[in-house]
Amino acid sequence: MSEMPERRQTGAHHGTSVRFDRVNKSFGRVAVLRDIVLEAPGGVTTCIVGPSGSGKSTLLRCTNLLERPESGRILLGEIEITAAGANVDAIRTRVGMVFQHFHLFSHLSVLDNVSLALRKVRRMEREQAEDVARAKLAAVALGGLERRRPSDLSGGQQQRVAIARALAMEPEVMLFDEATSALDPELVKDVLGVMRDLATAGMTMIVVTHEMRFAREVAGQVVFIDQGRILELGPPDEFFDRPRHPRLRHFLEKVL
Amino acid sequence: MSEGFHRIFSTFFDPGMIVQALPEVLTVGLPNTLLLSLFASAIGIALGLLVAAGLLSGYTSVRLPCRGYVDILRGLPHILTVYLIGQGLPLAGLAIFGGNTYGYAALAIGLIESAYFAEIFRAGFQSVERGQVEAARSTGMTRLQTMRHIIIPQGARRVLPPLTGQFILVIKATSLVYLLGLTASQREMFAIAQDAAINNANLSPLTAAGLVYLALTIPTTYAVNAWDRRIRGARSTHAVEGD
Ligand SMILES: Nc1ncnc2c1ncn2[C@@H]1O[C@H](COP(=O)(O)OP(=O)(O)O)[C@@H](O)[C@H]1O
Ligand SMILES: [Mg+2]
Repeated sequence: MSEMPERRQTGAHHGTSVRFDRVNKSFGRVAVLRDIVLEAPGGVTTCIVGPSGSGKSTLLRCTNLLERPESGRILLGEIEITAAGANVDAIRTRVGMVFQHFHLFSHLSVLDNVSLALRKVRRMEREQAEDVARAKLAAVALGGLERRRPSDLSGGQQQRVAIARALAMEPEVMLFDEATSALDPELVKDVLGVMRDLATAGMTMIVVTHEMRFAREVAGQVVFIDQGRILELGPPDEFFDRPRHPRLRHFLEKVL
Repeated sequence: MSEGFHRIFSTFFDPGMIVQALPEVLTVGLPNTLLLSLFASAIGIALGLLVAAGLLSGYTSVRLPCRGYVDILRGLPHILTVYLIGQGLPLAGLAIFGGNTYGYAALAIGLIESAYFAEIFRAGFQSVERGQVEAARSTGMTRLQTMRHIIIPQGARRVLPPLTGQFILVIKATSLVYLLGLTASQREMFAIAQDAAINNANLSPLTAAGLVYLALTIPTTYAVNAWDRRIRGARSTHAVEGD
């Protein structure tokens, strides 16, 4: 049950890489991801931008198997997570996910939100799990709010609890799906700050975002997805200053 | 006119008859009615939970049979199901309760009610935000752990009022088991009233039973409604605070 797939490190960077190898996904007749080939290197932040409906969320959801690609392979380090017999639950403990709308467990306190999976999945004693949870909450500047209910927190605080919840499992990769899109502008900064710290600490991250400044400053590479295809990929300065694909130029004109 | 009224009154509302019937209705019938209701609800809730999980299964081969089970048990007249279980099972050689009619009676009502309980649970489970379920799965929690720690605790709050409401219907539904012929000490309220009505050639004992049913169901109904309002009220206030 709690036996973990072997952890390996790849490439020059520390940390676990994620590789997409000709990944296709459709919903019914609608092709949402088409032949996605991408490497998110270990220890690097990969930002994904693109118009709404282009398949960004679906790509993230495939990465922790909330969706299953029809074809192609996804590799987490050296492990093919899309393989037939892959242990989905064990893989998900290695990949943290943060959602646009937080999705905190509304019936649980902040502390329980963060410690639940430690107790149930990692089978830690309550006391130990809560110690870890407190440390993670302190790391996202939420010390002292342990006993609150999610509904008593601001959106920015809720999202930081969600980040702490994901980090508690000590994932090798973090996925962020428009983590700041649902937040009031004045609360965005705190959440981006936490994400920036994670990036600096060498976490492998795949970040779907509309925050172009964050992408420019934090990302190791930026990816443009449109209608399920990767149209452009490059280091941020090239991506933003010398976009080649006309669709990307058009997109950047609109959002910048 | 007044003679017709008098006849109705003396047939259904003869105070002497009502008072005469009440002691047995209360001392033998009431405990049996409550016991049957509890047994039947326990069966109904346990089965209903399983069937509800089946109704929400991703597998058609699980979902369809569960859907059929619910539709058939809700679609058949309850009398028919009571006969089918209470007399059909022993006839078919499945005398799981031996000659004990009580067991078949509880099972029959329990099966019928499991279909209604299943729909209540399904609605409760479905009311839990899908994103929270995905968030739980994303941390590596299994389907079962997510069910146990996220879906059931949240669903339970929303399910308790309709569940209690259904229990009121179970109390009334137990009156059907008189069809199966219970021994004197096993009779629930309706069977006792029915026997007294036949012995006295007067329907007032049924009225006596009816009064006790009302004394059980009306206060419970109001309590459940108040409870339901409080839960809903609490939730909408919360939603406003959350925004
Ligand atoms: N579960 C689903 N069922 C059917 N269609 C879906 C589902 N999820 C997403 N889609 C469709 O797939 C496309 C891509 O969606 P999504 O990945 O959410 O895009 P993005 O995150 O870039 O806005 C959209 O057209 C959307 O309507
Ligand atoms: Mg999206």
